[in-house]
Amino acid sequence: MKKAAKRIYMGLVFLFLYAPIILLIVYSFNSSKSRGQWGGFTLKWYAELLQDRQIKEALYFTIIIAVLATIISTIFGTLAAIGIHNMKRFPRSLSLNINNLPVLNPDIVTGVALMTLFISVNIQLGFVSMLIAHIVFCTPYVILAVLPKLRQLNRHIAEAAMDLGAKPSYALRKVIIPQITPGIISGALIAFTLSIDDFVISFFTAGTQVTNLSILIYSMAKRGVKPSINALSTIMFLTVLVLLLLINKKSDKGEELLL
Amino acid sequence: MGKNLIELKNLTKSYNGVTAVDSINMTIREKEFVTLLGPSGCGKTTTLRMIGGFEDPDDGEILFEGRLLNNDPPYKRNINTVFQRYALFPHLNVFENVAFGLRIKKKSNEEIRLKVEKMLKMVDLEGFDKRNVDSLSGGQQQRVAIARALVNEPKLLLLDEPLGALDLKLRKEMQLELLDMQRSVGITFIYVTHDQEEALTMSDTIVVMNKGIIQQIGTPQDIYNEPVNRFVADFIGESNIIEANMIEDFRVHFDGSDFDCIDKGFRPDEPVDVVIRPEDIYLHSNPADGKIQGTVVSVVFKGVHYEMLIDDGNREYMVHNTTMFPVGSSVGMNVMPADIQVMKRKEEEPCEEE
Repeated sequence: MKKAAKRIYMGLVFLFLYAPIILLIVYSFNSSKSRGQWGGFTLKWYAELLQDRQIKEALYFTIIIAVLATIISTIFGTLAAIGIHNMKRFPRSLSLNINNLPVLNPDIVTGVALMTLFISVNIQLGFVSMLIAHIVFCTPYVILAVLPKLRQLNRHIAEAAMDLGAKPSYALRKVIIPQITPGIISGALIAFTLSIDDFVISFFTAGTQVTNLSILIYSMAKRGVKPSINALSTIMFLTVLVLLLLINKKSDKGEELLL
Repeated sequence: MGKNLIELKNLTKSYNGVTAVDSINMTIREKEFVTLLGPSGCGKTTTLRMIGGFEDPDDGEILFEGRLLNNDPPYKRNINTVFQRYALFPHLNVFENVAFGLRIKKKSNEEIRLKVEKMLKMVDLEGFDKRNVDSLSGGQQQRVAIARALVNEPKLLLLDEPLGALDLKLRKEMQLELLDMQRSVGITFIYVTHDQEEALTMSDTIVVMNKGIIQQIGTPQDIYNEPVNRFVADFIGESNIIEANMIEDFRVHFDGSDFDCIDKGFRPDEPVDVVIRPEDIYLHSNPADGKIQGTVVSVVFKGVHYEMLIDDGNREYMVHNTTMFPVGSSVGMNVMPADIQVMKRKEEEPCEEE
């Protein structure tokens, strides 16, 4: 009895969490334009997406920015994590706190602040500014993903490599990086996920020339939610879902490697 | 034993104002097995790390074959290290761990294969090439660490408490194996440990350190039989340390009697410390046969001998004897003059343990 009650409660929680998304996915296959009724199964909204030039362009920007931001923030974040890891206690905790601040900072503050910065140093809002913004908000997450792997390293492992004749750069490439690779990959996946689903910061830093998917959905929604938006949102949700599963699988495997 | 390999001159290192190594001097010869022995925090590991190049000395010189080594980074030194807890590379298999140094030196694959296989054979790990290092036992990982260092044919091998993580039986086996390896490859070993028994078993020379200062350098026999101060006597083996007065050369006074001894060169009536090892006290069932009389207050069976505490009214003597005297019995105690080690007493107490 008690067990059943627990399960029902669990079910209700998940229903509450996922009902909106399930509804969105269901409607994306609804042939009726009206939201109140079911007009039969269709894929036409998805087909419509593929023909929409605006949407294709937004998709292009979303992906290219996500890829570039992921690569650059992963490199920055990994090197920064190695640097922070090797600091003395006080500067390390200071750097970590400075690193955590942007993570906790409301996106809208980050977005407005970045916009202000770009305008004040005369960087035109557009592709470059949006890319920089994405690198900025992704990097702290990469640092947070890589640091635990560094902490698990044997303290003397870099010394052991140098003791055997490795220059510091060789030790980094052949000993340190291979061992923190799981952390680097999950950092990269987190960065990619964050980049493709970001709206607030992108909205403030993209200017008028560049539109990514989330900005596009927002502007379309202002004119009334078209079923094709449901289809687009469904695709984004599924993409993020797949990435999340990958990240979790990766970190599970990372734990296994340690044993 | 050969010519001088490494010399430390006034080597000093401090961390945040705390002196870890305080102006130490020593010379190590080729093919010597030297042990740095002391309690944790005595500066032995710091000394080793300065020789390896992982810590920069604040002051002093490290000379390697007469050449100043201070400014060489670790990867330029012809010295290899076996680290505490091994520091093997978990992403590489046993073969690649051992081959790591040779790969850096860009040796041919054939040469690497031959050398690594020879080395794995020496450390008794033949056929383990493809194994993941994490799948090995502590003792096997230890061997990989040794092979990984020795395959580079260093002139000097540094070992930082290499057996610390092993259980007692394995540790004893490995001590002897290490000793065999050192003899057969003819490389100088500097070995750091806090285990006095390990030091006595393996070393040609023991360097006893405390609080960053070298207390005594000598052979295991010197260190055990003729400790120079209370710290060394107390740290190496069990001992009775007695405050005494040197009456004249070869004559020392404690516990109400004068004793003959073999030490000289003290001021008349100089206060000294006397060390008597527990196994050097002879017991007599008739108290009158002994120079000191006492009562047995406790008996513990230790396997080879009984460990007894005997109270003579001034102190309790620890005595090792193969014959058991029951608690409460009166006994006489004698000590041979050669077994009374007289040590200079320092003004301040220099050597409480940390």
